[in-house]
Amino acid sequence: MSPAAAGRTVRPVSIASFAQAQNVRRDDVHNEVEGLLPVIEEVFSTIGITKDDVDFICSGSTDYLIGGPFSFVMALDAVGVWPPRAESHVEMDGAWALYEAWVLLQEGKADAALVYSFGRSSLGDLGEILTLQLDPYYLAPLGPDIVSLSALQARALIDAGKASEADFAAIASRSRRDALGNPKAQVRQDVAVEVLLADDYVVSPLRRHALPPITDGAAAIVLAAGDKATRWSERPVWITGIDHRSETHSLGARDLTTSPSTASAAAMAGLGAGPVDLAEIHAPFAHQEIILKEALGLDDAVAVNPSGGALAANPLMSAGLIRIGEAANRIASGGADRAVAHATSGPCLQQNLVCVLEGA
Amino acid sequence: MAERCAVIGVGQTHHKAKRDDVSIAGLVREAAKMALEDADLTWSDIDAVVIGKAPDMFEGNMMPELYLAPALGAVGKPILRVHTAGSVGGSTALVAAHLISAGIHRRVLTVAYEKQSDSDAMWALSVPQPFAAPLLAGAGGYFAPIIRAYMRRSGAPDHIGRMVAVKDRLNALRNPYAHLHLADIDLQMVEESIMLWDPLRYLEACPSSDGAAAMVLSSEDAVSGHYPPAWVHGSAMRSEPTMFAGRDQVNPQAGRDCAADVYAQAGITDPRSQIDVAEIYVPFSWYEPMWLENLGFCELGDGWKLTESGATAFDGDIPWNTSGGVLSSNPIGASGMLRFLEVAMQVRGQAGEHQIDGARLALGQAYGGGSQFFSMWVVGSDKP
Repeated sequence: MSPAAAGRTVRPVSIASFAQAQNVRRDDVHNEVEGLLPVIEEVFSTIGITKDDVDFICSGSTDYLIGGPFSFVMALDAVGVWPPRAESHVEMDGAWALYEAWVLLQEGKADAALVYSFGRSSLGDLGEILTLQLDPYYLAPLGPDIVSLSALQARALIDAGKASEADFAAIASRSRRDALGNPKAQVRQDVAVEVLLADDYVVSPLRRHALPPITDGAAAIVLAAGDKATRWSERPVWITGIDHRSETHSLGARDLTTSPSTASAAAMAGLGAGPVDLAEIHAPFAHQEIILKEALGLDDAVAVNPSGGALAANPLMSAGLIRIGEAANRIASGGADRAVAHATSGPCLQQNLVCVLEGA
Repeated sequence: MAERCAVIGVGQTHHKAKRDDVSIAGLVREAAKMALEDADLTWSDIDAVVIGKAPDMFEGNMMPELYLAPALGAVGKPILRVHTAGSVGGSTALVAAHLISAGIHRRVLTVAYEKQSDSDAMWALSVPQPFAAPLLAGAGGYFAPIIRAYMRRSGAPDHIGRMVAVKDRLNALRNPYAHLHLADIDLQMVEESIMLWDPLRYLEACPSSDGAAAMVLSSEDAVSGHYPPAWVHGSAMRSEPTMFAGRDQVNPQAGRDCAADVYAQAGITDPRSQIDVAEIYVPFSWYEPMWLENLGFCELGDGWKLTESGATAFDGDIPWNTSGGVLSSNPIGASGMLRFLEVAMQVRGQAGEHQIDGARLALGQAYGGGSQFFSMWVVGSDKP
C-alpha cells in the first residue's frame, strides 16, 4: 500500500487452501486445462467447498509458454464458470493474481476468491522465450538469454565480495535435500556441496545446480475473508501485509547485487513488525537467494525454502504463487507462526512481491 | 468499506494504422502524459500503475510491464499487468479502480495500448492450437455466423449493420483522435465495400490501429485536475466458459449478468431513460443492435429497431459511441479503455465536438474473446 494510505485498516484475508500439480520436467500427457483440473478440484475439496463458494476468480499465465494467444481463455474451462462469474487474469505469476484478488477482498467486493496459475515451461526453448521479455528495441535484438543475464548478476555478487561459487552450491545442496520432504518437488536429492562443485559451468560462474530446473506445473489457492476464513480453516493463515514493487528495466542502471524493490515491498508489507520463522523465497537462480535474504533482512535463524524452493521446482508463472502456498501450509500445520513469502518476475529480479503470513 | 473512486485525468494518442513515429514506450507515454496533465499531476504523484493490453505476441514483447516500467514512472512502485482478451482495456481500468476503492492507493495511473502495426493481429489471433477449433481468419470469421444467427432470430433487415457503420464513422468526424475520418461515408459506400465475412462488409469491420489510452484515478481526498471528476457509480466483470454447449453467443448470459450487477450498483432500473450516453464495444456493426438487447436498452428482438429509428445516433435519445467507437479506432488492448475513457469525458464535459449536452450518467462496456468476457462501468458527474 502507498504511504498515504498506510493508515488503512487491513481486512483480514486468509489462505484457506492450497494445491499444486506434481512438478515434472515435461508433461507430455496433459494439456493446460487437463493439468489444471485436478489442482482446482483439490484446492476446493481439501476444505469441502465448490466453485459456487467463491465470488471472484483470478489467474496468472503467459501466452509465450503455449505459443498461442489467449492461453488463459481455455484454462478457465478447467473451473467451469457457469453460471458466469466475476473473473480476471494477469499476464504475470499467480502471486500477482493473488494480489489482485486480495484487493477485491479488501474492497469488500468479494468474500472468497479462487486464484490459480499454470504453465508448461517444457514446450519451447526458455532461453529464447524469456529473451522476449527484454526491451524490444535495444536489448532483445542482442539476444541475451536469461542464464547469461543471471550469470552477470552472480558475477557481480562475487566481485562485490558478497558470495562465492561454493555458496551457490551450498544453497543448491540444501534446496535439493529439503525437497526430499516435498513429494511435489521435481529435483529431490541428497547431494554434497563438493559433488555439485564438480559440475561444469553452464555460463560462468553458474554451474548446472545453480540454475532452476525446467518445470511443467500449476497451482491454486483459495482466499477467504470473514466467516468463510474461520469456517474453512481450523487454524486460519492470515495475510497481514502484501505489496509489490518494480525496478527499472535497464540492467546497466541497476545494482544487480541488491534488490531495493524487495526491500521496499517488505517494508510496505510490514515484514519488520516482528521475526519470522521461515521464508519461502522465489529465487530461480541460487545466487538470487543471497540477494533476497539480504533485502528481506533475514538472519540465519530463519529457515529458507524448506519446500526446496525454485531450485527444486520452477514452474513458470506458478513458482511465486507456490511460495505463498508452501509458507501458508507450514503455518497451518503448526510448524511456524509467522512467515514471509516472495515472488519475482523479470530479468535479474526486476519486479518483486512480498507477502507476510501469520497463524491465528 | 469501499472508498469513492474518481476519474481525474484522461489521455489518448492519435490512433493511426501505423504510429511509426514512436516506440511502444513513446506511444504509452503520449497517452499517460496527457492524462497526468489533465489531472494537473506529475509522475511522482502517482502511487501505482496498472497496464493492460491484448496478447503479447501482437508486438512480440513478452510481459511488457517489465520493459515499460521506467517509461511509465513505475520504478519503485507497484505495476500490475492485466490481460482479459478484448475486454482488457475495461478490466484494466477496473483493477485500477479497485486499488482506489479498497483504500490501498490514492492515485493510480492506468494505461492500455496496442501497437498492431508491429504484427498482423488477424493472423496472430488465428494461431492453430492442438485440440482447439480453428478461429480461421481472425475475429470477423468467428463473429459472422453469430451475427447471422441474430439476424435470423430478430428478423432484422440487412441494412441495419450498414446504418451502424455510417453512424459511428460520422461520430468519428467529431473526434480528432479517431483513426478513421471518412468524410464522405454513407450507406452506399458501405454497401459497395468488399464482402469480408458474410454478412460483414469491409466498412462494417473495425480498423487495425496503433494507439494508447490512459486515465488517472483518485480517491475522494486526492481529486485534482482541470475538469470536474467523473465518479465511478458501479463496476463489474463477468466471464463464461468458452466450450459450453449451453452458451447463447448471440445474447450471452455473462453480458446480461454483468449489466445487471453494474446497474444495481448505480441504481439504474431503466437504462434507456437513465443513461445519457453509452460507449459500447462494437467492433463489427451488428454488435450495436445485439448489445442494445443484451444491455437491456430494449426488449429482446427490438435492438435493430432502435438503431433503425436513429435512437442511438448523436442526436438520438441514447447516443451510442459518440467517439466513433471501435469501428473508428481499434488499438485492441486499448479499445476497452477508450470506451471507459469516452464516458468519463462525457460526464466531465470535456468531449468537445462529440460532447452530448447535459451528459451526467454514462455506461462504458467492453467485451472480449468469443464474447465470453465482459467488463463495464457506470460513471456520473454526481458523487455516488
